[in-house]
Parts: sequence; structure tokens; C-alpha cells
Amino acid sequence: MLVYILRRIIYVIPIVIAVALVCFLLVHITPGDPLVAVLPADASAELAAQMRAAYGFDRPLPVQFGLWIWQALHGNLGTSIASGRPVLAEVTQAVGNTFILAVTASLIGFFFGVFFGLVAGYFRNTWVDKVATSIAVAGVSVPHYWLGMVLVIIFSVWLNWLPAVGMGPGGWSWDWAHMRHLILPAVTMSVIPMGIVTRTVRALTGDILSQDFVEALRSKGLKETQVFRHVVKNAAPTAVAVMGLQLGYLLGGSILIETVFSWPGTGFLLNSAIFQRDLPLLQGTILVLALFFVFLNLVVDIAQASIDPRIKRS
Amino acid sequence: MSATSDAALQAAPVQKARGYWATVGRRFSRDKVSMVCAAVLLAIVLAAIFAPWLGLADPYQGSMIRRLRHIGTPGYLLGTDELGRDMLSRLIYGGRLSLLIGILPVVLAFGIGTSLGLLAGYLGGAVNTIIMRTIDVFYAFPSVLLAIAISGVLGAGVVNSIVSLTVVFVPQITRVAESVTTSVRNLDFVDAARASGAGAITIMRVHMLGNVLGPIFVYATGLISVSMILASGLSFLGLGTKPPEPEWGLMLNTLRTAIYVNPGVAALPGVMIFAVSICFNMLSDGLRSAMDIRN
Repeated sequence: MLVYILRRIIYVIPIVIAVALVCFLLVHITPGDPLVAVLPADASAELAAQMRAAYGFDRPLPVQFGLWIWQALHGNLGTSIASGRPVLAEVTQAVGNTFILAVTASLIGFFFGVFFGLVAGYFRNTWVDKVATSIAVAGVSVPHYWLGMVLVIIFSVWLNWLPAVGMGPGGWSWDWAHMRHLILPAVTMSVIPMGIVTRTVRALTGDILSQDFVEALRSKGLKETQVFRHVVKNAAPTAVAVMGLQLGYLLGGSILIETVFSWPGTGFLLNSAIFQRDLPLLQGTILVLALFFVFLNLVVDIAQASIDPRIKRS
Repeated sequence: MSATSDAALQAAPVQKARGYWATVGRRFSRDKVSMVCAAVLLAIVLAAIFAPWLGLADPYQGSMIRRLRHIGTPGYLLGTDELGRDMLSRLIYGGRLSLLIGILPVVLAFGIGTSLGLLAGYLGGAVNTIIMRTIDVFYAFPSVLLAIAISGVLGAGVVNSIVSLTVVFVPQITRVAESVTTSVRNLDFVDAARASGAGAITIMRVHMLGNVLGPIFVYATGLISVSMILASGLSFLGLGTKPPEPEWGLMLNTLRTAIYVNPGVAALPGVMIFAVSICFNMLSDGLRSAMDIRN
């Protein structure tokens, strides 16, 4: 097991370096001067040169990349051009907020996905299956930013039950004043993982039910509920792995939903970084999100291998 | 011996076995859900193409005195938007850009990804390593993040959003193409072609392409749904189409402020994105099960 973990970690290192390179290049192929956002329009050439040197934009690209990586390894992702605050502090705060949203959405999506998937797979080709698979297809096909708007129209504008924007007064805490802000964005965000988990679990359940051991269990005289328990046990590892990856997609793809609900997370940060052309912030946010995704992939792989020994050998 | 078998052969009715694709086509055309979805998509596409000849109102012509009319107002079947422009006309015209920026990236990525995957899968070795390891790096980014990062860096615009989505989909299609090609390359008929002296390009083009194209195509049709949502999403964020062009994602964005005044009209563009996206998903599912001949 240890060998497998080490091998996986060694395999991840070049990916991490390449990801950092992509983040760096992405921002440096940008047309236009990165300092446009901070310099006054009538700034003298000297001031511009001074600023350029201060941010290190005057050095050759490989040197800039090297310095950026070196600083990043020491926990310094530079200073946001727009706000003047350290990028790492801004990103950490935003990641926390996105994390609350994404984890809640994942839990909702996972719960309903597993439920619908099991039911659909177990009662395959009945009306129950048709209803569950239709919900799943709708879940993966719906433009979630639109679904968010529709939910706001229903629950905020018409019924006036839940707030439409923001995450509540002051910092986050798990009380009703804050959690009522979480409901609409989390439900909106949960439809995609719900659809994907439903599809996966439905297919898995079908596969498991057609295996010989199920026949053996039945002929042993087990009740259908007990057989069902075995199906759940066999489907669980894959379902959890799929959900783990979905959590990564939600963390990285929260920008549309955060925009609709003005949720102050990474998506929101990314949005302002893009439109204010705040390159250090943009670079830092993308890097942190991508690295988190790589890390999550690694954890899922290792977790899966520790549950299912067949994976290690391949 | 030969006399009897000849006689038997002549007596047997001439019956040509139906080819694989003909069978798939027949199974596909019998699937009611797929046919309904195909009809809906065809209607939307045709309406978008022939929009100028449908006698619609000018999609750019606004009016301050008839802003945000409700759905069903006489003369404005689907109401008017925040600048008083006819919604029915804008929704139909909007299909032109929305479908273009949603479908074109998948088509481009299909071409590029299939070529890369075929090369990597057939040649193997160092070529495979270089192509597939590069692909792995792009896999390290969640697709929405990658699309938004590239679009954000390139700036708003139709071409830029098509480019960014193509970059997102190429790795996914390449990976599928590579794995299908690898599974085909060691089959007997490829060996036979190689033994008969066919060159690498001939083998890839003539013998392998036909066998790998089907699964890749099905996968790509499934991506169109994602692409539609993402493309309109980019416009929704202000990273795609620019006003006053009619485009569903952008319309949804500009109508957001109107949800308190006229929620029905504000939600309409999303219905179009949803409809197109779900139809492509259903079509892809139908195609997949039609190609799964064993069942």
C-alpha cells in the first residue's frame, strides 16, 4: 500500500509543476499591460517603470516563473494589484466560503444521487426507473445559473421565504441567519453531482445485480432487503470516488453560481480578478484551485485503492 | 460434394446481411425519445437559420415605452426585454450565436482530439507519452475553471470563447480516442493490413478510423450539452458575446435585473439553453444504446 501511495505521489509531482507553468503562462500571454489597472492614465514613464520593477514584470519570463514558484513555495503568492492585500489571504478566505457551499451541495447531491440511482437500478425499466433517470438527465442538462435564477424567482421574489443574495451578516457561522442564505445556492449547485451520481449508481446497481454472487445470496435464502444491502456495499466505493471528483469540479466551477447569488467565494474572486485585470490574484486563485483539484484526485485514488485491492495491481 | 453445395447456394435466397451502421440507424430511428429530441433541435436550428425570412420583429430595435411587456401581450407573443426589444425575435435570432458557440468547439475538438488520440494510440511509445502526459496536465484543471481562466485572459468575444472551450474539450476527446485506438490497434485485421504492406497513414485512415470514429462520435455528442451550458455561461459572465447581439446566455444576464418586474420573460432564454442541452443529451444516450447492438 505504501509503495502504491509513494508511486502516486511521485507521479503527481510533474503534474503539479506543469499546472503551475500553465497558470503562469496563461496570465503572461495576456494581451495588454498588467499595470493598466493600477497606473493612473497620465502616469509618467518613470513611475510605470518603477511599478513594473516593483511587481517584477521587467524581468525575463523564465526568471519571473522561477521567482513566482520560489515565493509560492514559501506561502507568498504576491500582492493583489486591485486591493493591495496578499493574494494568499484573499484566496484562503474565499476558498473557505466556496468550501462551505461546495461541500453542502455535494452532500445533498450525493444523498439524492445515491437514492435515485439505487432505486432506478433496482427497479430497472419500470416507471420508477424512468422518473429517476429523467431527473438525472435534467440535472446534468440544466444550465445551473438559470436554475439559480428560477429558484430565486420562486423562493425569494414570489414566496419571500429565502434571501436571494449574499451569505448573511458578518462572518460565517452555522446558525439559521446564515444557513438560510446557503439553501438556494447549495441546492442549485447540487443538481449536477446529483445527476452524475444517479447515472453512475444506476449503472453500478445493474452490473452488481447481474453478477453471480447475487444469485448465490438469493438461493441461500436471503431476504430481498438483505440482498439490497450487499448491492449498496458493493456500489459504495465507486459512488464515493465519483463524488470526490465532483467535489473538485464544484470547487473549481462555482463561479457561475457564486455570481448569481453574490456568494463571496473563489468564483466571485476570480470574476473580479478577471474584470479588474488583477493578474497576481487571477494567477494565485487558479493555481490554488487547480492544486486542490490535483490533491483531491490523489486522495480519491488512494482511498479507492485502500478499499479495493484490485486497483493497486494495475 | 461441390455439386450439392453449389445447388444449395443457388437455391438459397440472395440476402445481404444488413451492415452495422444501417442496423444502428434503424434502431436509432425507432427510438421515440430520440426522434422527438431530433425534431425539436431541427426546428430550433432551422428557425435560427431562416430567422430573417420568418417575418419577425427587428431583434435590435428597442423602445423605451414598451419595456418588459409580459408574455402573451398582443403583438409581443413572448413579451419584450429590458430595452423593449421583441423577445420571440431575440430568442430565435439568439439561436444563431448560441448554437454556434456551443457546437463549434465540440466539432473543432472532435477533429483535433481524434487526430491526436489516433496518433498517440497507433504510434505508442514516445509520441504517446508526450501527447498523453500533456493531456494529463489539462485534466488537472476542472473544466469550468479552465474555460473561464482562458476566456478571462483572452478577453470577451465570440472567437475567444470558442477557442477556450475547444481547449477544454480537446483533452477529453483525445483521451477517449487514444483508449479506443489502443484497443483496436492489436486486432488481427490491423496486423493483416500491416503484413500486406500498408503504411502507417493508410492503416490509420482506412482501417482504424472507421472503427474508432463511432465511440468517439457518441462521446462528442454528449459533450455538446456541456458545451452549450458552458458557452452560454461564459456570455452570462460577460466573457462571451457582447451586447447588443442576441445570445441566450447574454440575454439571461441582462434580464437578471428584471426578475422582480417580469420573472417570466427573464427566465425565457434559460429555457432555450435547457431545451437544446437536454435534447442533445437524450440524442447522445439514444445513439449510445442504438450502437450497443448486443442488447
